Amino acid sequence: MRRRDFLAAGAAAIVALPASAQEVHDIDPFVNAITSGATPEAGGIDIELPQIAENGHSVPLTVRVPSPMNELDHVTAIHVIAERNPRPAVASFHLGPWSGRAEVSTRIRLAGTQKLTVVAALSGNRFRIMKKPVAVASAACIDEASL
Amino acid sequence: MRSLLVLFIALPLAAAAAAPPRPSPLKNGSEFQSADVRALQADDFANPMALWVDRGRALWSAARDGRSCAGCHGDAAASMKGVAARYPRFDPALGRVVDLGQRVAACFESSGGAKLPAESDDLLALTAYVALQSRGMPLAVSIDGPARATWEKGRDLYFTRVGQLDMACTSCHDASWGKTLLAEPVSQGHPTGWPAYRLEWQRPGSLQRRLRACFNGVRAEMPPYDSPDLVALELYLAWRGRGLPLESPGVRR
Amino acid sequence: MLGRLSVPPTVKRGAPFAVRVIVQHPMETGFRRDYDGKAIPMNIVDKLSCTYGGREVFRAELGSGIAANPYFVFYVVARESGPLAVEWSDDRGQTGKVAADVKVA
Repeated sequence: MRRRDFLAAGAAAIVALPASAQEVHDIDPFVNAITSGATPEAGGIDIELPQIAENGHSVPLTVRVPSPMNELDHVTAIHVIAERNPRPAVASFHLGPWSGRAEVSTRIRLAGTQKLTVVAALSGNRFRIMKKPVAVASAACIDEASL
Repeated sequence: MRSLLVLFIALPLAAAAAAPPRPSPLKNGSEFQSADVRALQADDFANPMALWVDRGRALWSAARDGRSCAGCHGDAAASMKGVAARYPRFDPALGRVVDLGQRVAACFESSGGAKLPAESDDLLALTAYVALQSRGMPLAVSIDGPARATWEKGRDLYFTRVGQLDMACTSCHDASWGKTLLAEPVSQGHPTGWPAYRLEWQRPGSLQRRLRACFNGVRAEMPPYDSPDLVALELYLAWRGRGLPLESPGVRR
Repeated sequence: MLGRLSVPPTVKRGAPFAVRVIVQHPMETGFRRDYDGKAIPMNIVDKLSCTYGGREVFRAELGSGIAANPYFVFYVVARESGPLAVEWSDDRGQTGKVAADVKVA
């Protein structure tokens, strides 16, 4: 499976309707889609995520991969996977030596307390993987999104 | 002797009922949000409300039937400064107390604009843009004269138990502020951050929408949008939060 | 589609600078239901890219796990003064673009 199919695979693979208590999915297929089966090296990725996310609809995330970001040695992509989300493939960010810094910030959705996984692809067909737990608090007064 | 005792009890109670005590110390809405939400609110670029403020700024100058907000009101930073801090207020032309959103909608419609439905992007955008011009200014509504009756209605509603959970606003926001409910701190219920981007809604909304959600939270019927009850409650809350600086356009969980 | 873009007022040649962008989009997951119980159809921004100095310097493929009104900060090495543009498209073919001028000191 080519790397660019990682998100498409994610969208199709998981159930269309979420269970009330989201189950934790096996993320190995997602990681393998990125690495083409190779085992990524553990560590070497900084994941900045709140310990407790106040609301799962919008959780600030910053991923930093230390790298010289030169022609010979740079990050080519950062992939974010959320094991408890109905579609675990969250996003893929494509970088290169023109980026200067392998760092991306965004806001993600988290369907419950879980471990967030980040896989970094580097030049020379190398891969790194890092996981970080995050607790997700639920809203007090249950307010249906349409209300 | 008994009548004297009744008087001693009744007078302080009447006084308290007339102008009920406020929480002490008074704490703004953002103080009950997480550090991340506060940071988002403070960041004029990353605050999602900025998207609606941009839209509001554009609508302010956009011509409709040859007229525009700017045509009468000029530069909003000047003409709208302090306006949001005085709402809700009694509007002589409309003959009733209105909140800022209602006033904006009425003005827009009467000046060549379309009818702006509650919670519509355009209405929220214009309201947020106007509210922004009073950011940091203290809430200062008037409850004198024709607004008095509305304020009393709002006060009475604030203390009325409703819903299957049989709770009144005071049950949480006076008796239990600062305590935790389902992993979240209960605020004092001040209306200083509205319209706000609520993470739960993933879009902006008005104070009316938030109050309706509160009613739903205690399993009570939600008052319809623009109902006199909601506006009365808004006026009471603004009076109760008087002196607190406006945070609009805010971010809330 | 409305968006906002922010780059520093001046950037140092050869050094990376932060690009901040926010797009107004509900990022509808397709899992939500309206008040009548009907599912709200999926509608997300799925592609976003940045061009500067005549080349693509950032590209993102997004899923429904990105929060509504998607917000990103990423870095680009400053080369020449000139336009920097961010474009995006959603799964319905709607597109948007914002641009800014990069001033290299």
